[in-house]
Amino acid sequence: MADTLLSIRGLTKAYPGVVANDDVSFDIRKGEIHALLGENGAGKSTLVKMIYGLVAPDKGRMELDGAGFAPAKPSEARRSGVAMVFQHFSLFDALDVAENVALGMENPPKPRDLARQIREVSETYGLPLDPGRTVGTLSAGERQRVEIIRCLLQDPRLLIMDEPTSVLTPQEVEILFETLRKLKAEGTSILYISHKLEEIRALCDHATILRLGKKVATCTPSEVSARELAEMMVGASFATPEAREHARGETLLRVESLSLPAPGAFGTPLREIALTVHAGEVLGIGGVAGNGQDELLAALSGERISAPGTVALKGVDVSRQGPEARRDAGLLSGPEERLGHAAAPDMSLIENGILTAARREGLVKSGFINWGRSRQFAEDVIAHFDVRTPGPGTAARALSGGNLQKFVVGREILQKPDVLVLNQPTWGVDAAAAAAIRQAVLDLAADGAAIVVISQDLDELMEISDRFAALNEGRLSPSRPVAELDIEKIGLMMGGAHDMEVAHVDA
Amino acid sequence: MITLEKRPQPSRLWTAVTPLIAVALTMVMGGLLFAFLGADPFEAIRTIFWDPIFNPQFAGFTRPQLLVKAGPLILIAIGLSIGFRAGIWNIGAEGQYIMGAICGAGAGLALYPSESPLIFPMMIIAGGLGGWAWAMIPAVLKTRFGTNEILVSLMLVYVAENILASVASGLLRNPEGMGFPGSRNFKQWDAAHNAEIITGTGMHWGVVFAFIAVIAAYVLMARHIQGFNIRLTGEAPRAARFSGVNPTRIVILCLGISGALAGFAGLFEVTGPAGQISIDFNSGYGFTAIIVAFLGRLNPVGILLAGLLMALTYIGGELAQLMLGVPGASIQLFQGMLLFFLLATDVFTNYRLRFGRAEVA
Amino acid sequence: MDLTSINPVLLVASIMVSATPILLAALGEMVVEKSGVLNLGVEGMMITGAVVGFAVAINSGSPLLGFAAAALASAVLSLSFGVLTQYLLSNQVATGLGLTLVGLGLSSLIGKPYEGMKATTLPKLDIPMLSDIPVLGRMLFSHDIMVYFSLALVAGVWAFLKYTRAGLILRAVGESHDSAHALGYKVVRVRMLAIFFGGACAGLGGAYLSLVRVPQWTEGMTAGAGWIALAIVVFASWRAGRVLIGAYLFGGVTVLQLNLQAAGADVPVALLSASPYLITILVLVIISARGAHGAPASLGRAFHASH
Repeated sequence: MADTLLSIRGLTKAYPGVVANDDVSFDIRKGEIHALLGENGAGKSTLVKMIYGLVAPDKGRMELDGAGFAPAKPSEARRSGVAMVFQHFSLFDALDVAENVALGMENPPKPRDLARQIREVSETYGLPLDPGRTVGTLSAGERQRVEIIRCLLQDPRLLIMDEPTSVLTPQEVEILFETLRKLKAEGTSILYISHKLEEIRALCDHATILRLGKKVATCTPSEVSARELAEMMVGASFATPEAREHARGETLLRVESLSLPAPGAFGTPLREIALTVHAGEVLGIGGVAGNGQDELLAALSGERISAPGTVALKGVDVSRQGPEARRDAGLLSGPEERLGHAAAPDMSLIENGILTAARREGLVKSGFINWGRSRQFAEDVIAHFDVRTPGPGTAARALSGGNLQKFVVGREILQKPDVLVLNQPTWGVDAAAAAAIRQAVLDLAADGAAIVVISQDLDELMEISDRFAALNEGRLSPSRPVAELDIEKIGLMMGGAHDMEVAHVDA
Repeated sequence: MITLEKRPQPSRLWTAVTPLIAVALTMVMGGLLFAFLGADPFEAIRTIFWDPIFNPQFAGFTRPQLLVKAGPLILIAIGLSIGFRAGIWNIGAEGQYIMGAICGAGAGLALYPSESPLIFPMMIIAGGLGGWAWAMIPAVLKTRFGTNEILVSLMLVYVAENILASVASGLLRNPEGMGFPGSRNFKQWDAAHNAEIITGTGMHWGVVFAFIAVIAAYVLMARHIQGFNIRLTGEAPRAARFSGVNPTRIVILCLGISGALAGFAGLFEVTGPAGQISIDFNSGYGFTAIIVAFLGRLNPVGILLAGLLMALTYIGGELAQLMLGVPGASIQLFQGMLLFFLLATDVFTNYRLRFGRAEVA
Repeated sequence: MDLTSINPVLLVASIMVSATPILLAALGEMVVEKSGVLNLGVEGMMITGAVVGFAVAINSGSPLLGFAAAALASAVLSLSFGVLTQYLLSNQVATGLGLTLVGLGLSSLIGKPYEGMKATTLPKLDIPMLSDIPVLGRMLFSHDIMVYFSLALVAGVWAFLKYTRAGLILRAVGESHDSAHALGYKVVRVRMLAIFFGGACAGLGGAYLSLVRVPQWTEGMTAGAGWIALAIVVFASWRAGRVLIGAYLFGGVTVLQLNLQAAGADVPVALLSASPYLITILVLVIISARGAHGAPASLGRAFHASH
């Protein structure tokens, strides 16, 4: 076919214990937006890494514009006209925008010319950016612009985008889509990786669906329903969580004018945060990554203490108390980062149980650890939350993301908290585990706990929250009942695309 | 092509086996080194590792030395290992050892020539406090200002050496010593002498303290919540803070323990085997103990064995110097190599080797 | 005390001489740390450079050959650190300490026969015209070639990091090895090169001690200079220009305290001898109290390319 840009035939890549890609074949046409759809672990990243030259396939071949294409390293792929916008790991916080762009180019021009080119491209595509800014000070949306501009400066024939909208507000997503459509009209092909079905239906011409490393189908997304796409992606139906009826009880957690300075050079300060959560209620807190989510969790868990009178648990001021004292009082939490924050990677599940349950579960008596009880507690968590592991003695890092997440969330839930604060409870977790975690959260609320869920997944928040508030640059909007909201209002609560308009005025 | 692949969890087998492999590799490389220096490698290795304990001719003299040398090494290494577990790098034990000796000896000499039975216990306490206080300097600077404890504790070694030189020829100089630098000899003052407890074994109070430290450290690290918190801080500092561990307290605790134990070691050395405060009283135990701590896998029982092994290389090294004319410095190199090989083989605890094609199409 | 015995011209000149070894070592270590590697073995590499440089200079009669050999020997030694930390993923702190211990042992083994000997030192290079300027000429423009070389190296490293693509890649690797890897840069290779360079610089610094500053070989003669070089990198917030300031400041303290000792100042000798170390601690405290800005984000973290 003359209009095929990249043809993938029988790509196979196996890692010890897992076949990441098994005989995958499909074509990307010139000037189309092609979606690559699949769950976490379906093999999307491995496939993309092979196209970008980061990983060599075991079997199979690729053709770019009719010629054999086997990039041994990313620079070869870039020379052939393949560019990639990463989801994580490709920017350097301490370097400025121009330096970051230069690092992603094969033959960067002189610094002055580069700065001019960055300005030109950013104006052409409506992506305002100052080449002299330090990347660490940019918002998530601006960081993405750096990556996109880096790619566009090389006039790519194929642009790979890995989950580009997970860090954007709904309004910013619209602007991104405009940019992508413009590129498509100019003849650039785009490989668009996502698991968000509505986006794909709105944007993409074709979609290839991967499941467990195998290609399931290639279809035209606008012609199938979201439900059909979801079934192809997941393969089996799973229970969607159901909220039980519950009455709104007394106020369990009250936060008032909570302000904290940014924890580091690239952190976000908290500004005058106020919220209340009642017994039996789930408060969902949305917002784009990097707007104070980690900082809010740290302020509630007690990792960072705040001014007196800012955090009250069941009417008692706990602002000056650390994590242990807050746990004793019934306030438990689960951070976003599983490995290294919620759990110690090289320690066993038994030890990771002690990490937060030492006192509430009586695992420590007069300073000495009761290893028998600790093992029992870990086994209870494993049994209750269906954690797949060889045993409680296994190191945390040996578990898959979903199983470890079930363990760390289960560890808190099993301690029967009065208030539970979770940050990104289902981030990077497969659909079945995510559904199980959401159900457990709803059950806990039904039993009378007050729950705060901080998440960047709006669908998740709409599904489980009673009320919704949004974090934007360290400020929390007033909360509103979920029933009253639509995507437009949520977008505005999250700050809309106002940083872009401001940037436009500057430029 | 060979690639490394991360194991799902650390291998227990390799954790135990790597020190043995490292010792074996060091023997091979050491043998080559001795051959290069013109000594018979097999004889040299036998002289270092076998003769000090089993040679009928001089084992009677060298065998007790084993405990004499191992005592301070184990005592200091136990303290260091607790800090290393928490990611707190006290590498200035040598300085804390010197300050322990100076403070303990000074406290005793202030009461000379009292024969009270309380003198020696009081000196022990003063010695521990001296080492503790010296370690508190990097601890406080780290917790207050975030100053790097590696550099500060090390700088303080040089400061302590200068203080040692100063007191040996000044404040603590033996008034009856005809003006020569060096303090009174504790061996001639029964109340303050750290004598052998059982004659002919080398067992003195410092060795007893070392054994107690091994047991206490084992209980602390394996059973007690503070030991758990220390390990947690080293494994995942953010998780430790989330758990409610106060990082300041861990820094103070770890540096305090290691400083006090090094101080004890210094006191027992000055009142026992060394006998007096002198300008070159310190002999590098504080640095060798770092090797001992790693060789023992930061595990109390491992450190006990590693301390004995390292003591053996000291004695065997002296023997080899005497019998074969091998330069004394080669033993230092030998010990450094041991640490290097251990670190090199350590990779197999967390990774496994895979042979075959990797990233080549 | 007789302060008039201190000659300001000689003082400045000797500060430059006394700062040069630390300047060289600190500059090398700064490049290593910029690539994200913490090599605590500077002391061991310096002393190896000191002994090898001295031995080669004695045997060949050429101090310059001594410097070259010292740079090579320390660089090769540093590669052992590189292999351990970059390929075998060992702990950088422990391995750096090990490198120091190995270097100390190795140097005293090699140096035994050379104790008490004297090598030919580097000739003074009087820069035409400039060295004839009264006072300033003898102060600044009448030094040996290594002093000028070290100053040129400061400028070279500064320009390399700021203006070259290789320098940008080096900084990028030190900032985030994962990002650099994702863009296809060879993290381990970049770091090995940086470690090699750091080793060579430390070797030159050590050789300057044994061939010019002292100039003879004694066991343990670096006496913590390598550690002070490490402290200066922190002091300098990882900037080449500030490394120069730090090294000269430290050189100043060292020379001043020696002069005060010689002049019989009414201060305990122990305090004077310890003052370089005490001042290093003080400087570290001041710098860290302000918050250590500029540390490469990946400093000291092991890199293993996972799939």
